[in-house]
Amino acid sequence: MHDFDWSSIPGALPFLWDGMKISLEITALAIVAGIVWGTLLALMRLSRFRALSWFAAGYVNLFRSVPLVMVLLWFFLIVPQLLEILLGLAPGTDARLPSAMVGFALFESAYYSEIIRAGIQSVPKGQIAAAHALGMSYGQAMRLVVLPQAFRNMVPLLLTQAIILFQDTSLVYVSALADFFGAAYKVGDRDGRLVELLLFAGAVYFVLCYSASLLARRYQKRAGA
Amino acid sequence: MISIRNVSKSYGSFRVLADCSTEVARSEVVVVCGPSGSGKSTLIKCVNGLEPFQRGEIVVNGISVGDPKTDLPGLRSHVGMVFQNFELFPHMTITENLTIAQVEVLGRSREEATERGMGLLDRVGLKAHAGKHPGQLSGGQQQRVAIARALAMDPICMLFDEPTSALDPEMINEVLDVMVELAQEGMTMMVVTHEMGFARKVAHRVIFMDHGRIVEDAKKEDFFGTPRSERAQQFLSKILHH
Ligand SMILES: Nc1ncnc2c1ncn2[C@@H]1O[C@H](COP(=O)(O)OP(=O)(O)OP(=O)(O)O)[C@@H](O)[C@H]1O
Ligand SMILES: [Mg+2]
Repeated sequence: MHDFDWSSIPGALPFLWDGMKISLEITALAIVAGIVWGTLLALMRLSRFRALSWFAAGYVNLFRSVPLVMVLLWFFLIVPQLLEILLGLAPGTDARLPSAMVGFALFESAYYSEIIRAGIQSVPKGQIAAAHALGMSYGQAMRLVVLPQAFRNMVPLLLTQAIILFQDTSLVYVSALADFFGAAYKVGDRDGRLVELLLFAGAVYFVLCYSASLLARRYQKRAGA
Repeated sequence: MISIRNVSKSYGSFRVLADCSTEVARSEVVVVCGPSGSGKSTLIKCVNGLEPFQRGEIVVNGISVGDPKTDLPGLRSHVGMVFQNFELFPHMTITENLTIAQVEVLGRSREEATERGMGLLDRVGLKAHAGKHPGQLSGGQQQRVAIARALAMDPICMLFDEPTSALDPEMINEVLDVMVELAQEGMTMMVVTHEMGFARKVAHRVIFMDHGRIVEDAKKEDFFGTPRSERAQQFLSKILHH
């Protein structure tokens, strides 16, 4: 039987909190970028211009068919070099955080775009006809009539996806970034208390994600009522 | 005002409209009727370019609808349309429904648009509901708002696609009353409806469609007197004895 010793946790809290900030930062950026880029991808996918809809379909299928961990590794290996070339950064600059963020954003937009596409299609065709009949252009009909209704219908799904995303951020450990999971791992490894730290980290993930999913369910109930 | 010349439209090999021609003069009220699936909605949606058509020509106020160079949004902004299912925007208040296109499409100021919208809302008897959302209104009330929304754009003509067929019977008249008043003021109207009472009261002409064809296009008196085609006779006796 393992002898539990939780004593290394209190002292490590500030370090763990820094890790949590990185996890939340990546989550927030990936949500925003995922929704913006995902909306554009969804509009392309639904466009009557073949080239656009093929591009979007290809993008979505590509990112949905490779493991996130691999995408993160690619970006970990490629983005720092790209940044060096594009921005003239000195070689060896720490670009792990931006590269993780870019990787997440591009990967998650593929999932967001599918949610958003379904949301757009859930808006009755008559609404688009009514917008056009009032003289609105395609852009105005989308911006003023379709997207606001689509997003309102999608809130629970978007929240669920955000929860998954937050959990997925733990995968940035492959680039040795100290996100919340990475930080817990490092502390546990250092003090020889890996089991305790990982149990603690698991409990924190559970409490956060489960409360968020309760929130999503509550919203869904209220919207459905 | 509206001139439809030899218009045909197909979905693949299925013909929805076959060589349809008719005219609607300024201030004229034309009622379109016919069995389900005969192409009435399709025809009326071709008039403001919501449905494309492959052959023929439709000219509205001197502008050719089918011409690829035509500014369709510009044309639609002054052709009013009212739908069977109202199609108010559910995420906006009644006021916003009435003003959004005035502001975004016509470029009116918010004050001007609100003033125009409120005037029309008052006219359809719903001024007290300005701050509500469409879901809080009855079907008849929603349809009256939808008519006011179209009128707020100062349309040169109005298209109606079965405006009362989604309504409970007791709400039909409040909507028809607004339409009758509009017709009597001289609005040019093309109305798909089976409300023959409305047709008798204000229509100048009645068009009967069947299988994508305009089978009968007659003055109201002639249509209700002795429709020439057997199909129209059958149809009339069916809906009048319903
Ligand atoms: N997108 C489409 N693809 C294929 N067929 C269609 C499409 N839209 C309409 N149709 C067909 O075209 C025909 C005419 O439809 P339309 O809606 O104009 O009829 P309608 O006279 O308005 O009928 P209703 O009284 O039921 O409203 C119908 O047979 C319908 O099934
Ligand atoms: Mg119809």
